[in-house]
Amino acid sequence: MASQVNQQVAAPGAGLNARTADPDVPKSPKQGQGRIGNWIATGLLILFAALWFLPLAWAVATALKPEAETTDIPVKWIASKVTLEAFQSVLNAGNLPRWYFNSALTSLAITVITVLLGSLAAFGFSRARFRGRNVLFWFVLAGIMVPGQILIVPLFTQMQAFRMVDTYWGIILPQVASPIAVFIFKQFFDGIPRDLEEAATLDGASRLRVYWQIWMPLSRSAIAAVSIFTFVAAWNNFLWPFIVITNPDMMTLPVGLSQVQTAYGIRYAQIMASAVLGGLPLLVVFLFFQRQIVQGIAGTGIKG
Amino acid sequence: MARTVSTPAVSTARERVPKRATPTRGATGRTRGWRADLAGLSFVIPFLIAYGIFLVWPVIQGFRMSLFNWSLTGSGTTDFMGFANYRETFQDPNFWSSLWHTLLFTLLSTPPLVILSLLFALLANRAVPARWLYRLAFFSPYLLPSSVVALIWVWMYQPGFGLINGYLMRLGLGEIAWLSDPDVAMISIAITTVWWTIGFNFVLYLAGLQEIPQDIYEAAAIDGATGLEQVRSITLPLLARTTTLILVLQVLASLKVFDQIFLMTNGGPNFSTRPVIQYIYEQGFTTYRVGYASAMSYAFFLLILVVSLVQFTLLNRRRGGVDG
Repeated sequence: MASQVNQQVAAPGAGLNARTADPDVPKSPKQGQGRIGNWIATGLLILFAALWFLPLAWAVATALKPEAETTDIPVKWIASKVTLEAFQSVLNAGNLPRWYFNSALTSLAITVITVLLGSLAAFGFSRARFRGRNVLFWFVLAGIMVPGQILIVPLFTQMQAFRMVDTYWGIILPQVASPIAVFIFKQFFDGIPRDLEEAATLDGASRLRVYWQIWMPLSRSAIAAVSIFTFVAAWNNFLWPFIVITNPDMMTLPVGLSQVQTAYGIRYAQIMASAVLGGLPLLVVFLFFQRQIVQGIAGTGIKG
Repeated sequence: MARTVSTPAVSTARERVPKRATPTRGATGRTRGWRADLAGLSFVIPFLIAYGIFLVWPVIQGFRMSLFNWSLTGSGTTDFMGFANYRETFQDPNFWSSLWHTLLFTLLSTPPLVILSLLFALLANRAVPARWLYRLAFFSPYLLPSSVVALIWVWMYQPGFGLINGYLMRLGLGEIAWLSDPDVAMISIAITTVWWTIGFNFVLYLAGLQEIPQDIYEAAAIDGATGLEQVRSITLPLLARTTTLILVLQVLASLKVFDQIFLMTNGGPNFSTRPVIQYIYEQGFTTYRVGYASAMSYAFFLLILVVSLVQFTLLNRRRGGVDG
């Protein structure tokens, strides 16, 4: 089931099955690829992986230094003492906990509303018959071509008119109408056999109940994929919250962190402590849901 | 048949209709058609409302704004000026230079993002130990917010006590003014971007590699093809579709660059890295000329549309070629 489901979600290519990029599956040794080749490959990979970890490690190392030693020359990784002072002062003095809350609240709301609106619409496009259905569907698909960046100016004047500047709704609402979510759900629904729905309709279940009690439970993998890319995109979105929010208490994490450099000046340990704390939530989520996140992104091919 | 829709208006209509409707086929058909239309539409309408208000209307409104001397502070539609904002766009050297910076960034970031991710995926797809480690290393930066990436890399690029310059000095090499030299700044931003976003392409390539059936390699090995020959004659051609997809997504993403440049150099030094989206943002939100900003948005939108149409045509041709 899982592999079949992912094939269907795999919209613009890059088909994916349950094995994909799964660390637990034993690797099949490939013919003609010698042992020496594998040693070279391992060596190169470890080198590149170390290079990729370096900036993160340096951020953590800096955050653990006493403020006075962060700018020592020559650079060294470990200072005279390892201290959590920078983390403490950032968490106590700054707005960071508030920004965590704002980001979590708005990203969750965006994800839930996107999944609901998108799956309902996709159910209509996939299973209901009404005049103008195809035209409407193409009309929705055309929205995929519109880059959000070019809408910032008219959206902002609209938010002013709605009196939603500096509010949670101002962050949330412009991010919930996702044509890509409709597209992915429709692809998925089109692959569910009709018999299931007919059996339920004969039982006298309404369409809305069919959607909620049969379709939604069957669509867990599509829901997971849409939720993941929606949540990650909403959590990391910078431009729109940056424009619609000016009050520091209402800022999301990325917007708040963009003000940190000027707020803390040259206190690099505190700046790096903020950066580490800012990056941590999604990295922790990634550690727990590696497979789902990687499959969700590879299977849908959606770039933030 | 269509037992649906919980809105009271519709259910009363349903109760009334059978009593009044004449049993001729035409009338019933029409009623049923109308009711089925509404039942189907009711699933789509909540999305369409949000879509209309937050996507379609801003697209229309943006075009309207571009035709006026519209200001964020003053009144909007008092001063109609036709296509004068567009004329100004095409004569504005700052628009062209920022467009050039966007293209330069795309040219600098796309090749390494495609080629390195392919290399990483090819290496990681071999029988190597601890695959999860490489995926963690290459993919986790992709999940960081742009402002975290900017904080870390501005710190990495610091003169003197920055990590990179610190090591350069230790090796006896000169320092590089990563973010303050106009000739280097865009390269530094491209390096940061490669580090930040390569995980996405890596994951797509890895998925593409897993799709290639194992027996093709086995057959090639029997014919005596070496590892590198196999990569060249089997893997790369069969990955062509994935490569095209990655290229399309990458070019479109790079053309929309804003966050990391805005946060790392604020378009500097001396506007040498300012991308077109930042120029639009500045016109709209620091000089409040939203009419002009909208005109530039539309000009840029047109460019993106042309690029994506060309690329999707290529993608479809490629797909047809491989499947057929």
